[in-house]
Amino acid sequence: MSAHAQAVGGEGHSVGSAKLFGKVWLWLLLLTALEVFLAYERLAVVLMLTILVGLSLIKSALIIAYFMHLRFERLGLFLIVIPAMVFCICMMLIMFFPDSVRLTHMRPQ
Amino acid sequence: MSETEFEGIVESPWSGGHSPFAINSKKLGMWLFIVSDSLTFSALLVSYAYVRLSTPDWPRPFEIWPAIAKSSFMTFVLLSSSLTMVLGVAAAHRGDVKKTVRYLIATMICGLAFVAIHATEWYTLITEEHVTAWSNPWNVPLFGGTFFGLTGLHMTHVTIGVVYLGVICWGYAKGKWTADHVEVSGLYWHFVDLVWMFIFPMVYLLSVNPK
Repeated sequence: MSAHAQAVGGEGHSVGSAKLFGKVWLWLLLLTALEVFLAYERLAVVLMLTILVGLSLIKSALIIAYFMHLRFERLGLFLIVIPAMVFCICMMLIMFFPDSVRLTHMRPQ
Repeated sequence: MSETEFEGIVESPWSGGHSPFAINSKKLGMWLFIVSDSLTFSALLVSYAYVRLSTPDWPRPFEIWPAIAKSSFMTFVLLSSSLTMVLGVAAAHRGDVKKTVRYLIATMICGLAFVAIHATEWYTLITEEHVTAWSNPWNVPLFGGTFFGLTGLHMTHVTIGVVYLGVICWGYAKGKWTADHVEVSGLYWHFVDLVWMFIFPMVYLLSVNPK
């Protein structure tokens, strides 16, 4: 059976049971609650941003893998969709290189 | 070349006539749209994060009530809408029209609730806190600009999503469209949910009033 045939359950049925989707939903709620809790911890802004974005990446991976079914698609689809997108987003982070914030520190106080 | 070898090439997924990804063209198109749209949101979020970190006196106006309570509830509503959407797609693949329509309507109600709560939150911010897209009492105009820009673009996506689901729901109930259409609209809806998973912590939680 091909990957796609497995993905649609052979009879045109989508994969994943209601129980699995319920579990993913609960995990997403749990991670959201953790984020709200962390927001009230007095952490440095950079550290807080890193933690929150890290948790959001886990949440988005869960959504893409299970709700958007990418885990059950062919590897080829994953390869044309995700790596290029991640690469482009990483290129945007060039703004966070040390020299790019130098101007903001040179402002007159 | 022997005949068997030749047949092997013709039957290869890359020889045309098949999708090498074993999905229909609608779904591939939606995935490619999602990639481009995610880059739009990423650019906005990255530039927001840059100005947020490089502005030492960035305001932190969001109190537990109403902003954080409302936005947390909105996150819950949007996550629940994703659950009803995925259950709707599963029902559509089973050919259960009645359940599919019910789940799609539940998803649309959640989407409308999200937009309605968000609108009340904008209203409070504009009328009580006097924050607009270009000015605010804390003299950090970028606060309003980034807030309304990010949440506004997301709200537009949710609104378009509700209309899109409405059209798909009507077409599927009429037998005009298939489960594939429902699945593709589901991809869009989950993407809108996914974007909120970044906007909520970065815009709201990073600016909570710690008092």
